[in-house]
Amino acid sequence: MSDSLGQEKNLLDKTAVLEGLPDHPALKAILAWSPGSLTDAKFDHGELTLTIVKEQIRAAAQTVQAAGYNFFEDMTAVDWFPSTPRFQLSYHILSHAFKERIRLRVLLQGDDPVVDSITPVWAGANYYEREVFDLFGISFEGHPNQRRILMPDEFVGYPLRKDFPVEGYR
Amino acid sequence: MADTLYTPILEAPKAEGAGDQHMVLNMGPQHPATHGVLRLVLEVDGEIIVRLYPEIGYLHTGIEKTCEAKFYQQVVPMTDRVNYLDPLSNNLCYALAVEKLLGMEIPAKGQWLRVLLAELSRLNSHLIWLGTHAMDIGALTVFLYTFREREEILRLFEALAGQRMMTSYIRIGGVSMDPPLDFMARVQAFILTMPEKIDQYSNLLTGNPIFRNRLKDVGHLSAADAIALGVTGPPLRASGVDFDLRRDMPYSSYEKFQFEVPVSNDCDCWARYVVRLVEMRESVKIIQQALDGMPEGSFSAVDPKVILPDREKMKTQMEALIHHFKIVTEGFAVPAGEVYQGIEAGHGQTGYYVVSDGTAKPYRVHMRYPSFATLQALETMCKGRMLADVVAVIGSIDIVLGEIDR
Repeated sequence: MSDSLGQEKNLLDKTAVLEGLPDHPALKAILAWSPGSLTDAKFDHGELTLTIVKEQIRAAAQTVQAAGYNFFEDMTAVDWFPSTPRFQLSYHILSHAFKERIRLRVLLQGDDPVVDSITPVWAGANYYEREVFDLFGISFEGHPNQRRILMPDEFVGYPLRKDFPVEGYR
Repeated sequence: MADTLYTPILEAPKAEGAGDQHMVLNMGPQHPATHGVLRLVLEVDGEIIVRLYPEIGYLHTGIEKTCEAKFYQQVVPMTDRVNYLDPLSNNLCYALAVEKLLGMEIPAKGQWLRVLLAELSRLNSHLIWLGTHAMDIGALTVFLYTFREREEILRLFEALAGQRMMTSYIRIGGVSMDPPLDFMARVQAFILTMPEKIDQYSNLLTGNPIFRNRLKDVGHLSAADAIALGVTGPPLRASGVDFDLRRDMPYSSYEKFQFEVPVSNDCDCWARYVVRLVEMRESVKIIQQALDGMPEGSFSAVDPKVILPDREKMKTQMEALIHHFKIVTEGFAVPAGEVYQGIEAGHGQTGYYVVSDGTAKPYRVHMRYPSFATLQALETMCKGRMLADVVAVIGSIDIVLGEIDR
């Protein structure tokens, strides 16, 4: 289950993934836990992407952690402005045992984006969530210290949003 | 509106049960031992650290935002500037991510050359770490020796790319040009002397009682904490977790190389020193294998729509000239999709998350850099220790502020 799977066929929707990867440990764990929480799935470029309903992300993180995906590697957001839902959160979780990485994805509406923090699951998500809060203005409920991290505290605006000009406001 | 000079920890009540004797100290942003503009807010009880809070962002330049306004090939020079101590690894990681989106296969020579350069770059990064770390502890001499070898590596980079630090040599589709004719011979001459040089550093430090006492049993980080906090690279392996992307999830032909991954169960600053020192020796071995087995052939893939044509062809063939003009003025479209590519760089796992919307400019480039995550572990490592140990711990986790703040 390494990157060599990349040569295999891409599975572009949930049905195809469920049929094509029946033994995938993360997928099995998610389905055993709550099949309804998995809204979409995709396998391309050798990477598995699981879209999770927004309310369940912390529980989903706990589920994949218990399934052997022990290492939180990276987390960030993508702003799809002006499409809806506007924000996408991408969590990259690595398994030291399976030597494989999965991506959890959460979609958020643009007005008042709030999602549960996964810092209680992986303490290392702390800075990453602060960064997303700082640059995208997405709030994380249950975060121990949600403050701006890279920009100054008194800064107004969220620089990585697509409606924020590259040169900044002058 | 917050007063920028003070962070809440300064105004917040002190730790529970703290009497009047707790003091809040600012370390940095201009402090020689913080390796850049890192500011630490420390709450101390005498000499003992009660709480530690890193305050970052002084070097933030919004490089991820800038990437969104550039063509794919124009992002390569930006990646050098993120981690200026390990430039070729950054180039490599970004190039691999975009090539994954493009579905591009790189010829064997290009891949081997990339491995060779990534390892030279790792040596470069570790040499700077060793010199500055020893200097922080008070062993000034080592710095002069490590920078002597680093200078030679930078000369090699200069011969290769015309630049000492901001090389931008690894490009999407391969490398920018063939290395100069005497390059391989120069690398060979350099790495033949390297094991002896590493012995020299080791002789200066390993038996040095001051260096030993400053590092042994300092900055303890358990394997569980390291994993929870997202620590990667040498600090993770020094905490007893045997994981290295080069071996476990190989990229760019690393599976064809034989090397050991050093692991230590001591979990302290000394273990991190030992692990990195062994890693340098392993890098030398990898470079030797790359030199010995360097395949023949082309160093970059063939795709006239993506890779700039040969200079000679551009001046003699109409087709090549048009392609050149198109790539430079309009860039090249990359199929829509998202990829994450992780590599094992000198400081730990570097990752690039690239999202494409099918145009010639990346929709989103996110850079996962190891120091950002490792910095979160600083408090765990320093709590309950003496103030002077903070300097040893910062040195041992080898952070680069450029990649933390981006």
